[in-house]
Amino acid sequence: MRTLDVPPVDAVALETRAAELATRSIKKDAKRAGLRMVVEMIDLTTLEGQDTPGKVRALCRKARAPLAGDPEVPPVAAVCVYPDLVPVAVEALVGSTVQVASVATHFPAGRAPLQQKLDDVRYAVAAGATEIDMVIDRGEFLRGGEALVLGEIAAVKEACGEAHLKVILETGELGTYDRIRRACRVALEAGADFLKTSTGKVSPASTRPVVLLMLEEVRDHYLATGRIVGVKAAGGIRTAKDALRYLVMVNETCGDLWLRPDRFRFGASSLLNDVLMQWVRLGDGRYQRPEDFSQD
Amino acid sequence: MQNDGRSNAESAGSERPTLSFGAAWQYAPAPEASDWVEIPDRRGLFLDGAFVAPASDQWFESINPATEAVLGHVARADASDVDRAVQAARRAQPAWAALPAEHRARYLFRIARLLQERARELAILESLDGGKPIRESRDVDLPLCAAHFFHHAGWADKLELAFPGACPEPVGVVGQVIPWNFPLLMLAWKLAPALACGNTVVLKPAETTSLTALRFAELLQQAELPPGVVNFVTGEGPTGEALVTHPGIDKVAFTGSTAVGKAIQARLAGSGKDLTLELGGKAAHIVFEDAAIDSAVEGVVRGIFFNQGHVCCAGSRLLVQESIHDAFLQKLVRRMERIRVGDPLDKNTDMGAINSRAQLQRIEALVAAGTSDGARVHQSGCELPGKGFWFRPTLVSGVSQADRIVREEVFGPVLAVTTFRTPDEAVQKANDTPYGLSAGIWTDKGSRILWMASRMRAGVVWNNTFNRFDPGAPFGGFKESGFGREGGRQGLAAYVRRPGGLVQG
Repeated sequence: MRTLDVPPVDAVALETRAAELATRSIKKDAKRAGLRMVVEMIDLTTLEGQDTPGKVRALCRKARAPLAGDPEVPPVAAVCVYPDLVPVAVEALVGSTVQVASVATHFPAGRAPLQQKLDDVRYAVAAGATEIDMVIDRGEFLRGGEALVLGEIAAVKEACGEAHLKVILETGELGTYDRIRRACRVALEAGADFLKTSTGKVSPASTRPVVLLMLEEVRDHYLATGRIVGVKAAGGIRTAKDALRYLVMVNETCGDLWLRPDRFRFGASSLLNDVLMQWVRLGDGRYQRPEDFSQD
Repeated sequence: MQNDGRSNAESAGSERPTLSFGAAWQYAPAPEASDWVEIPDRRGLFLDGAFVAPASDQWFESINPATEAVLGHVARADASDVDRAVQAARRAQPAWAALPAEHRARYLFRIARLLQERARELAILESLDGGKPIRESRDVDLPLCAAHFFHHAGWADKLELAFPGACPEPVGVVGQVIPWNFPLLMLAWKLAPALACGNTVVLKPAETTSLTALRFAELLQQAELPPGVVNFVTGEGPTGEALVTHPGIDKVAFTGSTAVGKAIQARLAGSGKDLTLELGGKAAHIVFEDAAIDSAVEGVVRGIFFNQGHVCCAGSRLLVQESIHDAFLQKLVRRMERIRVGDPLDKNTDMGAINSRAQLQRIEALVAAGTSDGARVHQSGCELPGKGFWFRPTLVSGVSQADRIVREEVFGPVLAVTTFRTPDEAVQKANDTPYGLSAGIWTDKGSRILWMASRMRAGVVWNNTFNRFDPGAPFGGFKESGFGREGGRQGLAAYVRRPGGLVQG
């Protein structure tokens, strides 16, 4: 049953605006500050079936000090792993500011009974995850079961306790911007702390128009209710240039309140090294070889 | 993560949540390098394929409106210079018209290619001379210029198809006078169809923005266009008057103010010359409550603040449905504050300098005198440069249909806001103007778009977009916005005679 009254999205205009903002020219000091923010906003992610404790430890070392020997490069925001690897990450990140995020609710498909999803969440939280990335039930949402999806998100939120909840809408499966906006409203209504675009397992993952739409949603939600909800762009963002374009959208749509790691995130893995390469170039004017940066 | 929503600045001193911008991240200056674009101090008139000094040897300054620095000196053509230009065009016309049509097309294609090749140089010069942001001259003006020549190159050998059975032939020598708001683009709109149809041209650019036309003349030399086919005479009002009244001219095409357009029409009465006029406008944005609001806000911003509002089809009136008036205005005002006003050559500038001191004074006077009691003027709080001609993005609400700011063309970044309750009232108010160039309808409902569009007395009706141009789409006005169309097949009609019969153009 669809109960929310959601205004329309003009797809052409949304994409036009996103493309227009992508023409901003970010140079010198602005680029330096921007790259630094991007690093601070990264959820360094590994979500492979073949993940090992060793790989997660390596990722955590990279997360704490992304560029060995350059203390100006801050730690990333979080490390994002599957629930069973949360204890490894927690141990590896002791004493750092880096948060441990865990996907849960039977990521990435979310096809499981609610009770199992909640158990998944409780397990991750108990193991020390401070952030939970849940997936919504797209099948239920697409056939109109918005109230049910809303109830599930609210239940997961409760199971999170103190942990912060990012709600993955998997926008690549929703088909239209109108549906994406409806999904945003459902998640906002249900108490999400973050709207997140994608699992990274579906193409397209994050796109700039979709994130622009989400930014408009959280901005208007804040103006209406006073509650600030973050946005996480996840999947498909591989270059510093692209990441800076996302930051421009944040800057010009939501402003200062969202230009912080607790309000905007990038879910990415290969992005970090490209940002570091750009960072080093800004310092000495030369590009390094890709192999000069560790592949974690 | 702290997500209590009540941290730091946003709650300090006010109950209502507010946003703040620009403190966390500032864009560094990103100026387009311009020192490589050399501007000769004196270029002269472009007559018969060569640059020549004016007979009187009189020159006037062309300045950069963003800095008031002198860029160079432009020749003041008098009646004898205009006469030389018209003679040159007359001499060149028979051979130009006699060229196989595909050869004329080849010249137009070559011009279009050269426009693309030299786009960066021309965009920089356009921004230096006219004050428009490089983002627009680079992304809008120059691509559209090239598109216009490409489009009309395609028409050159298809005139028989455009006017079947009408035996289209050239009008002859065309005198064209263009405005300062889109110097190169208006030049393209005028030249491309005229040349495609076999006419030769004497064109006068606006006195504040002649530099790109003269640079374009170099490009014509590069394209080896036969001498005399295109001639440029620079100067002020008297030069234009000498051109349009010259007996050797077969047709006049004018884009500019309604007052000058009326004067030209009066002068041409009984002369036998063809005339097309593209004049002023006072277009309405009509925003219905079911519109995609953020997109409508973007569209309204684009509609009025594009090119500092120096656009004849600018959406300078906003009619917003009563039920969403307050919410819409809040968003619009917030968005206005984000418009980056300043150095036209900075790649992040959204709005540049007002084209001239005279235009700035006209805008200031109208905003000061154009509103009645109860009107509220809201201006962006942006910082303005110390030198040059600048006007803040401005919104005037609480106005009535009789206010001058609602009736007269400001030709600047000033939006007048009124409300409506029913679609009928929207139609009535939108059409309640002496002008009829364009209109914008913002609604998610397809049937309403069609219902509204068929009732707008305007040459262009945009739906859920604004200020979009395409060489294939005819552009022109109703009522005091002029007559004749530019672009597409309809635009060609103004540049052909049709002895075989008057086929609808």
